[in-house]
Amino acid sequence: MSIEHRDDTGARFGMWLFLYTEVILFSGLFILYAVALSKFPAQYSEASHKLNIYFGSINTVVLLTSSLTIALALSAIQMNRIRQCLNLCWVTVALAIVFLINKYFEWSAEISHGIYPGSPELAEMGAGVASFFNLYYFTAGLHGLHVLIGATLISIVAIMTAKGKVTSDRFTLLENSALYWHLVDLVWIFLFPLYYLIL
Amino acid sequence: MSESTTYTGFWQESPRPGILGWLLSTDHKRIGIMYLACIVTMFIVGACLGLALRLELIAPGRTIMDAQTYNATFTVHGIIMIFLFIIPSVPAAFGNLVLPIQIGARDVSFPKINLLSWYCYVSGAILAVFAIFSGGGAPDTGWTFYVPFSTQTTTNVNLAGLAAFMLGFSSILTGINFVTTIHRLRAEGMTWGRLPLFVWTLYATAWIQVLATPMIGITLVLVILERTFGAGLFDAARGGDPILFQHLFWIYSHPAVYIMILPGMGVISEVIPTFARKPLFGYWAMALSSLAIAFAGSLVWAHHMYTSGMSDFAILVFSFLTFIVAIPSAIKIFNWVSTLYKGSIQLAPPMLYALSFIFNFAIGGLGGLALGAAAADIHLHDTTFVVGHFHYTMFGGLGFAFFAALHYWLPKFTGRMYQHKPAVIAWAIVFVGFNITYMAMQAVGIQGMPRRYYDYVPEFTTLNQVATFGSWILAAGLLMMFVNLWLGCRAGDPVGKNPWGAATLEWEVPSPPPLENFGEEDPVVTRGPYEFKGVVADEY
Amino acid sequence: MSEHKHEPVPYRTFIQIWVALLVLTGVTIAVSRIHLGALNIWVALGVASLKSSLVLFFFMHLKQEGRLFKIGLLVMLVILAIFIGMTFTDVLYR
Repeated sequence: MSIEHRDDTGARFGMWLFLYTEVILFSGLFILYAVALSKFPAQYSEASHKLNIYFGSINTVVLLTSSLTIALALSAIQMNRIRQCLNLCWVTVALAIVFLINKYFEWSAEISHGIYPGSPELAEMGAGVASFFNLYYFTAGLHGLHVLIGATLISIVAIMTAKGKVTSDRFTLLENSALYWHLVDLVWIFLFPLYYLIL
Repeated sequence: MSESTTYTGFWQESPRPGILGWLLSTDHKRIGIMYLACIVTMFIVGACLGLALRLELIAPGRTIMDAQTYNATFTVHGIIMIFLFIIPSVPAAFGNLVLPIQIGARDVSFPKINLLSWYCYVSGAILAVFAIFSGGGAPDTGWTFYVPFSTQTTTNVNLAGLAAFMLGFSSILTGINFVTTIHRLRAEGMTWGRLPLFVWTLYATAWIQVLATPMIGITLVLVILERTFGAGLFDAARGGDPILFQHLFWIYSHPAVYIMILPGMGVISEVIPTFARKPLFGYWAMALSSLAIAFAGSLVWAHHMYTSGMSDFAILVFSFLTFIVAIPSAIKIFNWVSTLYKGSIQLAPPMLYALSFIFNFAIGGLGGLALGAAAADIHLHDTTFVVGHFHYTMFGGLGFAFFAALHYWLPKFTGRMYQHKPAVIAWAIVFVGFNITYMAMQAVGIQGMPRRYYDYVPEFTTLNQVATFGSWILAAGLLMMFVNLWLGCRAGDPVGKNPWGAATLEWEVPSPPPLENFGEEDPVVTRGPYEFKGVVADEY
Repeated sequence: MSEHKHEPVPYRTFIQIWVALLVLTGVTIAVSRIHLGALNIWVALGVASLKSSLVLFFFMHLKQEGRLFKIGLLVMLVILAIFIGMTFTDVLYR
């Protein structure tokens, strides 16, 4: 409706501000984690051993790779290689789905052992272990939700790219979705050692 | 408001006709007006609940409601006043209306997200209302949602938490918008040193909104998850920590106090120079003290928790840091007073509210120091002194600033002037009623009356009755003020561009401003916001 | 509004960063298998911070952005450190 106004830098800055809010959102859970870890170091190490390090490591590689592909997609669109950009976007989405499938199997295995928030088995394992798994489920769950949102965003942008609405001249949407996706990766970079690698 | 044919400007210019022209509008002024309408409505609802609370306390024992209803009433009064009135009041309503014009922009950076934030606000409001009438009844936890009670009560805490989450999201989106707008859309010549103080305070506020609000989001989500799964996140027996809830809660909610008061200070910094006909004293001290308050505000949250059982060391640290916040606040008060010195003061209604803001805020601020000192707080904690104190800062501060803003800017945006005489009388009634109510509340709090009790020992009767009596005066004054403003918006005399003779940019555009605010040419700014030389007030 | 555009980052840079990230992931897993006591967690956090700065500066193009973006990030991190650190004035001394 208004006079055409375009401010790509402003749009990117707005996205960064939004990412700050996401970091603070997760930091609430990390504060709870840090406090509990300082209270129950031994139990946290014990609980961490119950997590499957292979699932965690594979998912780390998957997410890092997806971060690479979306970064490449951005370079591709800047160089006007639309086809390549689209492929890279879809690879990113596929990797996100792989991540979620992994997560599904991992969680199913744990839940079948009776480990889930509020379960009686968890209550028997003692306060420290229970606290570890509560936080693990809530943090990983919130992160998984972000994976889902990020993958949806990238799919939408990919469709818009295919329709020619995102172009080599106008790619802020792709850029901001990529930023969001990298944030998902960033959270996982901290989540992975803190939950899977405590010894 | 828009039926009258004489209205011009953005009230009629819209790409879509009728109600959709409002509901789908991305114009910052229309969104601001929609915010204003909702916020004033919410204020009236919250004020009625407050009156009911005071009425219950007119005599010991049950008067008009039982204990459970009383608990629900003060909870809903708190949720409405905090999340639906105070936090969005000045930033979302007047920030949206005024900020883009003041910096010479045609709109905010993300107009669609601005509209989205309004929808978040409205859905939050609807959820909050739903929470009262559905599920296990209205939430009865107090607006603070403290665990373990909030995870155990059967009332509808989930929905209320979700409502607050949505409102937080709305607040975040506004914050992102304002920070980006102020960085990216200032007109040519609008340097940082020429920003009106209102913009500076909104800038500081917006940063707090962005950096603190997510914490309340995650905290409330955790309470809801806790209620759903019963995982024991805040249960010491199961590895949790109930005090950590209070930390997370106040990490947001204390900075939120500055989200509430800073924009109010910005309004006062606009009003006082205009009606003293003098440039603001100490521009940079004022601008930077806003940022200093925002920063210091993030360092002091645990002063709400001296009696919670946290460590003595933390009490020491937080008590010390609390006193630091007093410094930038005092800078502001001194600078306002210095601005008045030798000014040619005109006691127009906005100025009266601004002056009483200084009075009330000084009382509230000093009471804050009494509460910030750990030793005094042990005695005063959870008494009605605390309630009186924060009403002095929130209502006597931000509330009065909001009324000042209404009287200052409504003529700009409706193009019509209200009657001054009733406005002044209403101000006097509000001011007197306010001070009677909350001074009595502080006094009875010092005597030991606990807050959130619907019953009390007979010794407290007199002061409680004084407070209740004061609340009626206050309500009468508010009613008169709103009626007068409403009549003024509907049928007041038309005003020109600049009825007050103010020097900021919004007074250089027509009243009401047109769509896009400025004509074909973008404005070029050549002077500071408080240089009154050559600025003349229009006759009206 | 005229807009300064970033030059596209060559694929090679991104792939190098990706390899570095994978190597660091290996490092963090390997170190976690060695008993260092309380030091373990700090090494893990250190490596994670290194990895995140690679992601921030390269994948997220922070390196090419203006000062505003960098200061903004710094402000956010300072506030975050305050939130976490000040909470520990309570928890550690309780």
